[in-house]
Amino acid sequence: MKRDCTYACHSPEHLLARRQFLGAMAATPIVGGLGVFTSAQAAESLKSQQKRVVVFNMHGGLSQLETWDPKPGTETGGPFRSIETSVPGIRISELMPETAKVMHHLTLVRGVNTSEDDHGKGLYMMLTGRRQTPAANYPQIGAVMARALTDAQNPLPGHILITPGGGGGRGNEAAYLGPKYSSLAVGGGKPPQYTERPRDITESNESLRQDVRRQAADKFLSRRRTAITDAYVYSYEQALRLMSQRESFDISKEPQRDQDRYGNSDLGRQCLLGRRLLEKGATFIQITHSNYDTHNENFNFHLEQVGEFDRPYATFISDLAERGMLDSTLVIMMSEFGRTPNINLYYGRDHWSRAWTVAMAGCGLQKGMAFGKTNEKGTAVTDGQVDHANLFHTYLSAVGLNSNDSFDIDGRDMPMADPASKPIKEVLA
Amino acid sequence: MAPPAGFDIKAAYIAKQIKCERPLNCCRIDPKVEHVVVGGEGGTPQRLNINSGKATNLENGHDSWVFDAAWLPDGTRCVTSGGDGRLVWWDLTSEKPAKIHTVEAHKGWIRSLATSPDGKSLLSGGNDGKLRIWGLADAKPLMTVEASKRDIYRAIFSPDGKLLVSGDLMGGLVAWNVSDGKESARFEGKTLHAYNGGQQVDFGGIRAIAMSPDGKTLVAGGLHKASNPLGAVHEPLGLVFQTSDKKMIRQWTANGITGGIFWSLRYLADGSYAGASGGSTGGFLLFFKPDGEKEIHRLPLGNIVRDMDLGSDGLTIATAHHDRQVRIIKLTARKA
Repeated sequence: MKRDCTYACHSPEHLLARRQFLGAMAATPIVGGLGVFTSAQAAESLKSQQKRVVVFNMHGGLSQLETWDPKPGTETGGPFRSIETSVPGIRISELMPETAKVMHHLTLVRGVNTSEDDHGKGLYMMLTGRRQTPAANYPQIGAVMARALTDAQNPLPGHILITPGGGGGRGNEAAYLGPKYSSLAVGGGKPPQYTERPRDITESNESLRQDVRRQAADKFLSRRRTAITDAYVYSYEQALRLMSQRESFDISKEPQRDQDRYGNSDLGRQCLLGRRLLEKGATFIQITHSNYDTHNENFNFHLEQVGEFDRPYATFISDLAERGMLDSTLVIMMSEFGRTPNINLYYGRDHWSRAWTVAMAGCGLQKGMAFGKTNEKGTAVTDGQVDHANLFHTYLSAVGLNSNDSFDIDGRDMPMADPASKPIKEVLA
Repeated sequence: MAPPAGFDIKAAYIAKQIKCERPLNCCRIDPKVEHVVVGGEGGTPQRLNINSGKATNLENGHDSWVFDAAWLPDGTRCVTSGGDGRLVWWDLTSEKPAKIHTVEAHKGWIRSLATSPDGKSLLSGGNDGKLRIWGLADAKPLMTVEASKRDIYRAIFSPDGKLLVSGDLMGGLVAWNVSDGKESARFEGKTLHAYNGGQQVDFGGIRAIAMSPDGKTLVAGGLHKASNPLGAVHEPLGLVFQTSDKKMIRQWTANGITGGIFWSLRYLADGSYAGASGGSTGGFLLFFKPDGEKEIHRLPLGNIVRDMDLGSDGLTIATAHHDRQVRIIKLTARKA
């Protein structure tokens, strides 16, 4: 079963393929683009189970040794000690005391080996679950989740990047899913730029203006409808919806207590905005924390950066848990790779993709567990080795999707995840 | 003060190298210039005999890296500081050094130690922004100064013992009265701090401080031109202040060193200063006159340097290196 495609030219639309939909119907907890369901009751039921995804992208290559997989006292361990967490037996770096308190919500995957030490390629792999090849471009996780999980009537964009500066720009991460699922960048705790109606245009004039635009668009689309023209029209409609949703982006509307607990930092404000948007119905949010590419003075920089990250991140996790949202929200903390166990002569650590950690929390996962192990010096995985493709399958599975399903792209089945790989069953609930 | 016999900067040479267990962070020469205590990328400081090279481990004191050390005046005891926020006093008279006192002194790393000129007090500077003074003999806390909101990188006593001078990550360079802990003077050290908006990191800071014996000149060292902090692209820079009016009177730079930091500065007996610069360009001892902008001499050290100390004889320098070596440098001509 496909959603009707009414394009005159039959150009690509980015629909869930038949077997994905059937799979969704068979697997009760599945959610999906809610618009695929005609039954209001089914849609309402799924709406109550709406899944959301948050990615913390630790840009540059976060050190696993200074965070999730410390090796204190060894030649490679660095100066930081490990501390107990809320889960007996799981220790993390002393740089994350607040995160240690919420470890019972987290799932660590300590045996990640992606064998790719290039920033761009590593990031591509982590965000798409595939190796980059000249032959194909794959959509990033944000676009995939936006397509698969977002209700068509959702007034918020399905794929949101929160950055310190915001900016309102659109990304280009959707590949064959189309520009509709590319990201919108917001930030600074303020509504996106240019979403306020100019003062000298009255509401009735604005309404009239939009009516004229719609009439012109309809006339054009009746003869020349394509995915690109649809995205163009969608952008206008989404902009209008955003204009009505300006408050969703305004963290000054949050109680002072919440503003205080997230802290007075860019990242604190980004996390609070993330939580606010999730609560307002956003499907996918990516927050980037920069910059961890610490070839020089790794320890000073991690002291500063992880120190800044710890409190907002832990607050975000506990806030979602307290609001009952963590069971329906998958939170992923990733990077493009880890950092070398070897400490270089500038007190730096270089790129290391052969043994590092991804942290997750929330829906569909075992909680309070560390899966996989590295050796004493952290140079190699000794147990539970996984890669980017396994992780991508796992993210999809955790939110209730069948990771072996495909998108139907112009009649072609495009697998959502690498068909040669599979989820990490050990971490799934 | 006249230079010791044979003192000659331009004849300086590496007299000895002593191999240690781990890459090194710090080195301090004992008052008799017989031993060096070193700390490195591990929790076990070592005492090294300068003549024989014999190493003695100071075990089970720290559970983080050792960042600095200081000697008691008799040379039989020393104090080490670590990333565990701990100060450990060691008795070195026996074959197996024993801990005398262990003090949880700071929240976070203790990067800097200094002894007072009268040999009675120890100064520690921590990542908690505090300066603390301790009884050097008994480890008793004597004073705490809330010196900064950020990490203290270096702290010294003035030569007359009346002031403390602290330097932090943000380039804060401040003198404090030992008598009451109040601020005495603030110097403009911001040039040694860098913030990179793209990389969103504070970087640099006051890595080294030295003062002339008459207290008239204060020198702070670190880095500038940090075009890529995460990639070790930055040059060494020294700032020379005249304490009477707190004015910066000159800057010391080093031609051709595009990757370096002044990790340590020492006043020398002829009125010049030695600076240890380590970075991607290599390790060097650079010598400056306080009235000149450019170095008067340069001694390549063969490996990146991370710390330097001057012996009480005025002729012996020890340098700590990433290659696990302590290099002993003589500021005199080689003996025939």
